[in-house]
Amino acid sequence: MLELQDLRVSYGAIEAVKGLSLSVPKGKIVALVGANGAGKSTTLRAISGLIKAKSGKILFEGKDITNWPAQKVVKLGISMVPEGRRVFPDLTVYENLLLGAFTRTDKAAIARDLEAVYRLFPRLEERRGQLAGTLSGGEQQMLAVGRALMSDPDLLMMDEPSLGLAPVLVQEIFALIKRINESGKTILLIEQNARAALELCDYAYVLETGVVALEGPGKELLRDDRVRKVYLGEQ
Amino acid sequence: MSTRGDKGIIRIIVVAVVLALLLAWAEGDLAFIGIGPWDAYFVRILNLAAINAVLALSLNLVNGFTGQFSLGHAGFMAVGAYTTSLLVMTPQMKKTVFFMEPMFEPLDRICIPFLPALLIGGAVSCVFGVLVGIPALRLKGDYLAIATLGFAEIIRLVLQNVRRLTNGALGLKGIPHVVNLWWTFGVGIAVFLFFRGFVRSSFGRALIAIRENETAAELMGIDIFRHKLLAFAISSFVTGVGGGLMASLLTTIDPVMFKLPTTFQILLTVVLGGMGSLSGSVIAAFIVTFMTEFLRVVEEPIHLGVWSIQGIPGLRMVIFSALLVIVVVFYPRGLLGNKELTWENLSSPVSRLFRRRVAS
Repeated sequence: MLELQDLRVSYGAIEAVKGLSLSVPKGKIVALVGANGAGKSTTLRAISGLIKAKSGKILFEGKDITNWPAQKVVKLGISMVPEGRRVFPDLTVYENLLLGAFTRTDKAAIARDLEAVYRLFPRLEERRGQLAGTLSGGEQQMLAVGRALMSDPDLLMMDEPSLGLAPVLVQEIFALIKRINESGKTILLIEQNARAALELCDYAYVLETGVVALEGPGKELLRDDRVRKVYLGEQ
Repeated sequence: MSTRGDKGIIRIIVVAVVLALLLAWAEGDLAFIGIGPWDAYFVRILNLAAINAVLALSLNLVNGFTGQFSLGHAGFMAVGAYTTSLLVMTPQMKKTVFFMEPMFEPLDRICIPFLPALLIGGAVSCVFGVLVGIPALRLKGDYLAIATLGFAEIIRLVLQNVRRLTNGALGLKGIPHVVNLWWTFGVGIAVFLFFRGFVRSSFGRALIAIRENETAAELMGIDIFRHKLLAFAISSFVTGVGGGLMASLLTTIDPVMFKLPTTFQILLTVVLGGMGSLSGSVIAAFIVTFMTEFLRVVEEPIHLGVWSIQGIPGLRMVIFSALLVIVVVFYPRGLLGNKELTWENLSSPVSRLFRRRVAS
């Protein structure tokens, strides 16, 4: 579904992603794991059109979408849950969700997806009239995910969905990601919580300083000695 | 549900009728039944307040709702004021005013009615807004403020130096005094209602999203630059109209009127009312306009029995600033924050008061 070919992205003179190639098959959960500065977020930002790639290609269902503006990428069916949630604090939960459907015009379909989001996150329906800034961290994360789903994406990208959440909530979020995937969405996930991500995903790429250091099915990587030492902190 | 809707419509009609009667009374249109007009000085302050409300609303759209800190307001006001004035002034008056250098052909013979002139003033201002906005809106925060400030100064300096078009530093005199309360309140209410509909639309929500978090807004598929530019264009149109009304009310304008302090006074009104609150801007415009007038008292000599205090020119500005500091300390987000004054939150304290009375 999504394919990156030799993607290079740099911030000024500093190259953050140095020739990254990976592919995300339809209907799967793919995880990018790696330490800070490995280029995970930069990769997602380049796919969603927030920053420009220096060279390389981004293909979505065979179409070259390299350096497309963000609004076109969203329309095409890729949406992203940004790092640190970034809900719109002075708007209500309902308004936040509506903004997720900004590029869509079919009112009936939007209403249907709103219902689906409320079914997935009953808490959001309870608080639909509340300002997003007054929600707890976990609720804001749910709102950010719900908002991204409102564009009815085929591919959902999530940047550190478990960041700053209590352990109980982390489990809840991961269960939700599984459910969203089962409902037919392909998921590309970034996580620092390597163990949880590797357990959840179908396939994973381990990034180190802008290149793929290791790749394989998540369960296999969990058994890999190097991964266990460096990312899972086992002796 | 239908009764609530009916109640809303009745309420709107009642408010409109009461307002219309008040305006007619103030204007002297009810003189045939022996009441009105009100004191001319008071009517003039009301006119000023309504125009200030228009200016504050338009600045609030860019600074409050879209979160783009623009300081170019006076420049757009000047464009609207000059365009409108030059179109409505009579050819004889133009000949008298432009005594240093004659005016450009064929503008010296053009004279059109006030309403089209006002709209053209807004449109020209809007064109300037787009021209300034295309480069400036790529900047953010302080940089945008400095860039728009610079553009406003450029506009003013051009007005001051293209003497055959604007009469230079001498300014324009004898602009027909067309505006009355019907004009100023009419435009004010029209702008308020339009903005209210606008900020509640999905377009308005997009503007607020840009203010709250630009990255997230971009991820929603909002074309950030186009939205900012459209907000800027609408704002400069309305500002131009406000400038045109102001020119007709004052009947004389010159480039010095459109310096930074003018922008600042509007900005102050917006901050006082609450960034992102339309009703806040209107209320603050009335408070600021009336206070600047009524505080003139402190600049005149005061006699308190045996003491007599010399009037100190400029003292009202000192008091004004002190009051502003107090407001900002106790209401950091302005009088209304980003809330709107509605029937519900207006009536609830009143009805609560009544309920308590009944209970006791």
